Amino acid sequence: MFIKKSKSWMLKENSVTSESLYLNRRKFITGAAATAGIAGLASVGAGAFTADEKRVLKELKYRQTDFTAGDALTPEQAVTQYNNYYEFGVGKGDPARNAWRLQPQPWSVEVNGLVDKPATYAFEDLVDMNQLEERIYRLRCVEAWSMVIPWIGVPLRKILEKVGVQNGAKYVAFQTLADREQMPGLRSRVLDWPYVEGLRIDEAMNDLAFIAVGLFGKEIPNQNGAPLRLVVPWKYGYKSIKSIVRITLTDKEPPTSWNISAPQEYGFYSNVNPEVSHPRWSQARERRIGEFGRRKTLKFNGYGEQVAHLYDGMDLRKFY
Amino acid sequence: MKITNKQLRMVGKPIVFALMLIPAVWLSWNWYQAFQYLPNDLGFNPQETSNRFTGDWAMRILLISLALTPFSKLIKSPKPVLFRRMIGLFAFFYVCLHIISYVWLDMLFDWAELWQDVLKRLYITVGLGAFLLLIPLAVTSTQGWVKRMGAKSWQRLHKVVYAVGVLVIIHFAMMRKGFQIEPLIYGGILGLLFVLRIKAVQQVFRRRKAI
Repeated sequence: MFIKKSKSWMLKENSVTSESLYLNRRKFITGAAATAGIAGLASVGAGAFTADEKRVLKELKYRQTDFTAGDALTPEQAVTQYNNYYEFGVGKGDPARNAWRLQPQPWSVEVNGLVDKPATYAFEDLVDMNQLEERIYRLRCVEAWSMVIPWIGVPLRKILEKVGVQNGAKYVAFQTLADREQMPGLRSRVLDWPYVEGLRIDEAMNDLAFIAVGLFGKEIPNQNGAPLRLVVPWKYGYKSIKSIVRITLTDKEPPTSWNISAPQEYGFYSNVNPEVSHPRWSQARERRIGEFGRRKTLKFNGYGEQVAHLYDGMDLRKFY
Repeated sequence: MKITNKQLRMVGKPIVFALMLIPAVWLSWNWYQAFQYLPNDLGFNPQETSNRFTGDWAMRILLISLALTPFSKLIKSPKPVLFRRMIGLFAFFYVCLHIISYVWLDMLFDWAELWQDVLKRLYITVGLGAFLLLIPLAVTSTQGWVKRMGAKSWQRLHKVVYAVGVLVIIHFAMMRKGFQIEPLIYGGILGLLFVLRIKAVQQVFRRRKAI
């Protein structure tokens, strides 16, 4: 007999939004999105075209997996037009407006540090496009909003195994592209460019850590981090670094952009944790984009069963 | 052609009044549309949009109200001051909308959570401070209060608006992540308005015109 044990991140049937509510919500959102979707009198009418319209996004071949958050998906328009990607501007609509300048093909990623096969890999050599899988993850931003996104990509572990992680490697560091020609946001010094992020090696090897190259069945739009980005669903969104150009294996905790910018606000770990409040946002609740009220935030964004053991014995108030 | 004060009161004031209402009308219309599930410009996080929109306009209108006195000195005409009280009250009006947006649309009257915000989040505390300081100014904005308090002490009380300006800019800068340019621009404008109030600076301008 086939017994399917449901995992904790698969929501129960009764906690899934009913279809009628879902459709209503969609109406609300498409209504909101029908026009420019940007606040401010001056900007009405702006954003007439977006990056994903300029670049035709190819359909991807992928297999479905058990990684399904269960929650209703956030509408595709919201996922691709409400973004934080400061390299393209600090407004939520800026990335969708400006990211068409990004050239995601051809793309190469430099892999160096404590690896067996350091090299500059072509995108296609690093990501096996015949092995793509879909994972529906919750994404929780530190600004207290959240989405449910169907990513397509490969587990980060597979990429690390390909390049051969050496025994001494304790951390993996990532770097985003920083090209003034392609990224107008670099002109303002909001952060120290290029954007850098990192994970501990056991976090990177965890099954949930994912490299996304697509969403909603197609290639990933520029503003969402084309051509490849990290997704670590149990951590705040800013850990999920976009448009990766360098991966470094190291024995030291790597610097991370928001930690450099405001160390008292953003730590290295950045696990979603409703118990640790942020100087600017209570993390106890979040607004799921498309919903009117706020829902309770789950510890580790609801992925505790898969990742809580990584932090056994650690004081997550200290290591926030 | 010379514009008389009477004409300004009769025609200018209604025009400025209508202009000041535009952002509020835009916002209410869009929320009305949103509640009807109709297309609107509030974006994917309408609560965030209205918090920012009302806050931005409260700050801008407060700066306009602060600019009127230096402006009237610069053009050597008392006429802009005619609009000062109305525009100042509009700043208070947008601050009230800002708070309604936050307390109602964003926090849905979750008083416990709101109190935590006031205690734990310094930018909220600073913003609340600015609001509380504005209340006595709004209350005493009538002619009756000027008479009751006496012009001198009334003016002294209304100097509190400078402190409000500083708190508002701090509130705005703290709300933004990272090192951003916009708070600097608004802070720079406020700083310039303060500099223009320094007597010595005003005298330099006067002398230049005299030459």
